[in-house]
Amino acid sequence: MSEEIKLTKLAKCAGCGAKVGAGVLAKLLQDIKVHTDPNLLVGFDKSDDASVYKVSDEMALVQTVDFFPPIADDPYTFGAIAATNALSDVYAMGGEPKLALNIMAVPEKMPKEAVHQLLKGGYDKVYEAGAIITGGHSILDDEPKYGLAVTGFVHPQKLLKNCGAEPGDILFLTKPLGIGILTTAAKVDMVSKETYARAIELMTTLNKSARDVIVKYRVHACTDVTGFALLGHGCEMAQGSNVELHLDVDKIDLIPEALELARIGIIPEGAYRNRAFAEEHVDGGNVLLAKQDMLYDPQTSGGLLVAVHPDDADALHKELKNAVPSAQRIGICKKYAGGKYIFLHDKGDV
Amino acid sequence: MVDARGLSCPLPVVMVQKVVNSSNPSELDVQVDAMVCVENVTRFAHSQGYEVTVEENDGEYTLHLKK
Repeated sequence: MSEEIKLTKLAKCAGCGAKVGAGVLAKLLQDIKVHTDPNLLVGFDKSDDASVYKVSDEMALVQTVDFFPPIADDPYTFGAIAATNALSDVYAMGGEPKLALNIMAVPEKMPKEAVHQLLKGGYDKVYEAGAIITGGHSILDDEPKYGLAVTGFVHPQKLLKNCGAEPGDILFLTKPLGIGILTTAAKVDMVSKETYARAIELMTTLNKSARDVIVKYRVHACTDVTGFALLGHGCEMAQGSNVELHLDVDKIDLIPEALELARIGIIPEGAYRNRAFAEEHVDGGNVLLAKQDMLYDPQTSGGLLVAVHPDDADALHKELKNAVPSAQRIGICKKYAGGKYIFLHDKGDV
Repeated sequence: MVDARGLSCPLPVVMVQKVVNSSNPSELDVQVDAMVCVENVTRFAHSQGYEVTVEENDGEYTLHLKK
């Protein structure tokens, strides 16, 4: 059944590349009165991954929602990726997802078996995460969309925010980059079977293992790298924390085939939106344009960007490498000097 | 001349790539109507050793590729 419909052909933008640009979003929210609550630990003021509300001294509620148009043609795979991506926001806050609600839009003509497979992909991932789907809402729409609203829990003292990084903190990234470029290229069959399979594997890998390791250490800031790319989300972390991020680009795992595609201009529109938002805060140094493009590439269901106390970095790295083989140590935080927020280095000089 | 107006990325790059691979022209004009396509076709052209100049006319762009 899945061979008969090319889901990605029904989508204008793929996955997290469909996200409204960060700068645009800020403008859309301008002038809207923000109500506060003393128990609201994280609202949208710092552009964090999820809202967090303190229920008691021992427990806080984590809430998030994420959905997007098809990123894969196979409905089961699309469902699994969308669910992995939605659950990730809870992990990025250091929490554990518990309840999830489906959000689905499907064309009237979409075969029932395909819709069933899409939902099954979502359910399987949610169960793998140790959470349960308890309902949802579906509407008819020419462009399919799927995702989840997820509720999780975290101890208020162990909450991980995207700001709070300190000078000297060591930066880790838990998945390679290049997903947006690969899924764009896949639309015109320009990706090898092996690399595409690797991309799917990465997008359906829960950030649970990474979360379970990092919560044991003195993590000062954490976010998941998705639609705004490493440099967009990195920028939010740096600005929110008032630090500079110095990234050693040589140490960042750029999927080789995606880098080749970036060189020849197979780059999604979202990457240019991300560049427009973050570029003024980034010192690109002598880093090649294609590598920079990879750092602006919107990731779907990307990894965690983590800033950890320097004394914990080696131990965290060791444990993280065992649990998440794709994890990389990619740079360091420095005191903000008043200029750019992110500095790219390309010769291991961080 | 490659007319890729109305097409979204990555199709314009794919069209230009086909022409370059089949006839390797020393000069080629490419028409697109979105900045993202200008950027992507320029990257492709540079990767193949072309120099690129861009002309804008009312939201449409002509890229002159030359080597």
